[in-house]
Amino acid sequence: MTRDLHSIVLNVNGDEVTVRVEARQTLAGMLRDQLGLTGTNLGCEHGVCGACTVLLGGRTARSCTLLAVQANGRSVTTVEGLAADGDPLHPVQQAFADHHALQCGFCTPGFLLTTIEYLDEEPEADPDSIRERLSANLCRCTGYHNIVAAVKDLLERRTGR
Amino acid sequence: MIPAPFSYFAPDTLEEALSLLGEYGESAKILAGGQSLLPLMAFRLVRPEVLVDLGGIEALSRYELAGGRLTIGSMVTHRTIELDHRITSRCDMLREALDVLGHVAIRNVGTVGGSLAHADPAGEWLAVALALDGRIMVTGPRGNRDVAADGFATGWMTSCLSPDEIVTGVRLDMPGPGTGSAFEEVARRHGDFAVVGVAARVSVEGEAVTGARIALAGAASTPIRAHRAEALLTGTTLSGPDLDAACEAAASETDPVADLHGSVEYKRRLARVLTRRAVSRAYRRASAPA
Repeated sequence: MTRDLHSIVLNVNGDEVTVRVEARQTLAGMLRDQLGLTGTNLGCEHGVCGACTVLLGGRTARSCTLLAVQANGRSVTTVEGLAADGDPLHPVQQAFADHHALQCGFCTPGFLLTTIEYLDEEPEADPDSIRERLSANLCRCTGYHNIVAAVKDLLERRTGR
Repeated sequence: MIPAPFSYFAPDTLEEALSLLGEYGESAKILAGGQSLLPLMAFRLVRPEVLVDLGGIEALSRYELAGGRLTIGSMVTHRTIELDHRITSRCDMLREALDVLGHVAIRNVGTVGGSLAHADPAGEWLAVALALDGRIMVTGPRGNRDVAADGFATGWMTSCLSPDEIVTGVRLDMPGPGTGSAFEEVARRHGDFAVVGVAARVSVEGEAVTGARIALAGAASTPIRAHRAEALLTGTTLSGPDLDAACEAAASETDPVADLHGSVEYKRRLARVLTRRAVSRAYRRASAPA
């Protein structure tokens, strides 16, 4: 069995990067260990908890159940790409802060990216559909209420209500 | 948690993929979206020496709705179908099944062909394919073949595919006028695999059922058709006793396995109740003016 390294090129948070990875390296592992982007947290590591959610081509994907080589040629957005150091927070980050929608923060990067994809679809500010969408991510601190409130607020502000 | 080492190939064409499978035989696995395979590999329940990634084969990422038939390439993602209103507006069963298949992040990456080939007993796609008279398209060194969805899965997470064959897609009959469909499932948490799921398609003329398909997921070692229940419904107007008899038959056609999520009795009960809901809704939709 070979342990050949594969050279992949991808756009991470706006920057083109070339990385050499083992085929078995997950996207999450590559982001964390090779690019130092440790904002993407690994929870369950088998596609259940949603902590490692990133945007792949603008859409959510679980970076623990995706090989880095599968992301070759694609664009990836992680939590680090939402607001540069020193810049104001991304509106979704700000809403999470305003609503105390995080405690330990471990799940938060995944929730932020799930929320960003959801807002892009311009849904109604309906708490049931917000909860359904957020059910893809597990949080063991907040009890979810404040996360739902943050997302609802974002939607209501968008529709001017 | 990281998979055991393997060699990775990303062929651009089906021919290349087939030749790689021919070369590596049973030591190779096909990687579609990876949403089932990669967790199994992370737990090292599966340790292929070679992975053949179909992600670069463009021909497998196309789908087409033509006439009454939907043909979906195996590498089309669940989400692609879910977001195509032309399809979901014509097939309530598909819309409802996709809504409960994992979560959006999984549906963005997971593929139709991967789900079929994985042959999970609770897999939504195989149940839908059973209820829509699906044909699974397969290619291999001996040429192409079409396999009826009914019979594709031969046992728990096992299909009739040989190790050198590839699922290239599936063809489904879309419900036409006078036909309604529905999908019902119970899962422990939103996005989990179904404990039991039911796909139903009912054709109606006047008030009488002229044909029915009932497929159950999670109710046996493979998704199954409830042939006896289908026959019992046909010719009826779905009166109380007729529906009772069909739901009872559907439950008795199941062969569930007791696990953490429920006993055999509980799953049979789910099969009965969910068949009632799915069939009733499909019947109502079939009878509703278009």
